[in-house]
Amino acid sequence: MTSYYKYYAIICPCEEDCSGRTSEEIYEAFMREVDEQGLEDTVQIVMGECEQVTEKGPLMKVEPGEHLYHNLSLKNISKIVREHFGQDKPVKKYLYEPPAKENIRLPDSDFYQSQFRLVLRNCGVIDPEKIDDYIEREGYAALAKVLSEMSPDDVIEEVKEAGLRGRGGAGFPTWMKWKFTRQAEGEPKYIICNADEGDPGAYMDRSTLEGDPHSVLEAMAIAGYTIGAEQGYIYIRAEYPLAIKRLNKAIAQAEEYGLLGENILGTDFSFHIELRLGAGAFVCGEETALIASIEGDRGMPRPRPPFPSVKGLWNLPSCINNVETLANIPVIMLRSGKWFASIGSGDSKGTKVFALTGKVNNSGLIEVPMGTSLREVIFNIGGGIKGGKKFKAAQTGGPSGGMIPAEDLDTPIDYENLSKLGSIMGSGGLIAMDEDDCMIDVSKFYLQFSVDESCGKCAPCRIGGQQLFGYLDKISSGLATPTAIDRLRTISETMQKASLCGLGQSTPNPVLSSLKYFEDEYTEHIDEKHCRAKKCRDLVRYNILSEQCIGCGLCKVRCPSDAVIGEKRKPHEIIQEKCIKCGECYKACKFDAISFG
Amino acid sequence: MKKLDKDSLKKLRDKLRRSSRSSIILRVGLGTCGIAAGAEDAVKVIEKELKKHDIKDYEIQRTGCMGYCYCEPNVEVLMKDMPTIIYGNVDEGIAKKIVVKHLVHRKLVDGHVVDRPAPDIWEKQ
Ligand SMILES: Cc1cc2nc3c(=O)[nH]c(=O)nc-3n(C[C@H](O)[C@H](O)[C@H](O)COP(=O)(O)O)c2cc1C
Repeated sequence: MTSYYKYYAIICPCEEDCSGRTSEEIYEAFMREVDEQGLEDTVQIVMGECEQVTEKGPLMKVEPGEHLYHNLSLKNISKIVREHFGQDKPVKKYLYEPPAKENIRLPDSDFYQSQFRLVLRNCGVIDPEKIDDYIEREGYAALAKVLSEMSPDDVIEEVKEAGLRGRGGAGFPTWMKWKFTRQAEGEPKYIICNADEGDPGAYMDRSTLEGDPHSVLEAMAIAGYTIGAEQGYIYIRAEYPLAIKRLNKAIAQAEEYGLLGENILGTDFSFHIELRLGAGAFVCGEETALIASIEGDRGMPRPRPPFPSVKGLWNLPSCINNVETLANIPVIMLRSGKWFASIGSGDSKGTKVFALTGKVNNSGLIEVPMGTSLREVIFNIGGGIKGGKKFKAAQTGGPSGGMIPAEDLDTPIDYENLSKLGSIMGSGGLIAMDEDDCMIDVSKFYLQFSVDESCGKCAPCRIGGQQLFGYLDKISSGLATPTAIDRLRTISETMQKASLCGLGQSTPNPVLSSLKYFEDEYTEHIDEKHCRAKKCRDLVRYNILSEQCIGCGLCKVRCPSDAVIGEKRKPHEIIQEKCIKCGECYKACKFDAISFG
Repeated sequence: MKKLDKDSLKKLRDKLRRSSRSSIILRVGLGTCGIAAGAEDAVKVIEKELKKHDIKDYEIQRTGCMGYCYCEPNVEVLMKDMPTIIYGNVDEGIAKKIVVKHLVHRKLVDGHVVDRPAPDIWEKQ
């Protein structure tokens, strides 16, 4: 049986500039035109699911052929229907041609998508529980190539040429880490994959491990061969049961094929991988705390140096890499470091996976070339801000990261630019915030997290975090004095300088970056006791507008703290001292008679 | 199972590539996220409907996350003579429609088609 229609056309609904209504109209106009031209058995027109690529206007993709029309308007419809569907001639002048991307380099530039899937190449494509699915898509070909054609130094050279940097947060060049561990004295050596992923809002590593576990196993074996290790550990939090199950299954399958274990692929290289489960403490993602945790001690960091590459697990040379860093390795080995370095921008090569969440229309797990602008990510891939609200800032890097304000939407996302803006790449959480988000409230959220997760070993982090949180709490409840901002800055500086590990050093980042871009909001809270986003409860007041109130009494019934008084059919009133700001009255009122702000 | 070496790994890959797969492949995103959104229920409905329509030459591929958090669960349909389509928000009703409309009647399910985010790096050699 062949297809019912000759063509299938999918119209992408879009909001923003071209408004949802327009694509509806376009859709209906197409249907009419197709009917009029008698082509209703030739083409099926459907509406798509996603809110898409706004500045390209209403879009229509035609299959077969993957033709993409953009900026559709009622005027060009009849021509497209007649020529493309009627005469099989796509209308070239209305087709979308991807612009040359200025600061990002890509190996193939003839596609219109903003995303480029390298780490996620197999996610959603293969069955992660079937090793054959992976093998069919070049799986373990990189390992075979490395073991048969490359020396450890060749591998390091290739990774160097690729310019791959760690995706776990710090962005340290991977080849250097491999080289240091290779050169370090002491046997045996270890490869550790960091799959702790503790940032709130981040789930890139979990998705990679659940969708393509073999890519990480293969990379660990390549790393093992390179640095001279025969044992690898994956440190993964017990809260990731599905990833753990799939990893264990993948390890067993790889061992059965002789792709892990003794004498891999018939060579004299042997490599074993085991999982170590963490209990889900954020600090255990820090490499020295992670090592302590594997050794059975409390997950607490120790000063560096010595670095793990010199003295790591059991005091032996250990190379710790993040899941995403590793998932890049097989592709680099197969396609070459040069190919990899052709993707990305400046000193940031390759791609980055982000967990895009918050107030965007299309939240998702996305992967873009380094150097892609925040605007592209939020407005094209993310489909813009929900409900047509105004974009305020994006938060990257989780509790160790910072805000990027709307003015900097066009900044290319790479290691250098993010740190210039006072944020970090971090592991890849990316949260979009709109005008309803209060920057003090957001900072407080992250501070609360860092305070909870501080291991308590060093005073700057243990005490400093509490202090920062305390000041933020005062600011958000209207009790702070103008000196609070100075205090926030001083404590932050001390924590950055004196904390033992990255947790304490980066705890102030959300505060500092929000102060950098939104100091006016801080002063507004402090001086005017006003929260413009209406998020800080203590600064918000609910009032009944007597002109509007008909005295139905609904709010009075709903109020849990008996703060509403008034007689039936007469305007009611809220006693502020009793009000707990729960908002129930506001929700209950059918006459818009309650204001808050 | 005999252990692989470099040559037999390559042979295995070539064999896997040549072996003909079913004429209908349904990929279902079954990461933690997809499962939480109800993807397993979609699979059950799809299997039931396939049976009802006596379709036997199919394969359900249980994949990881496809990345469309905003419209989980996701099902991708690959079949001969039809464009490859990814569907979003596949609840039990849509799962049924995918079989009846798409597989049987060769029509797309309106309102649920999502765009592929990126090209396949192994295909674009
Ligand atoms: C508080 C804290 C938490 C961290 N959490 C993680 C994590 O969850 N995953 C990770 O890969 N790296 C994490 N890191 C970074 C690691 O210490 C280390 O730099 C990284 O695993 C190295 O791998 P890479 O070079 O491949 O990025 C964390 C660091 C700190 C200070």
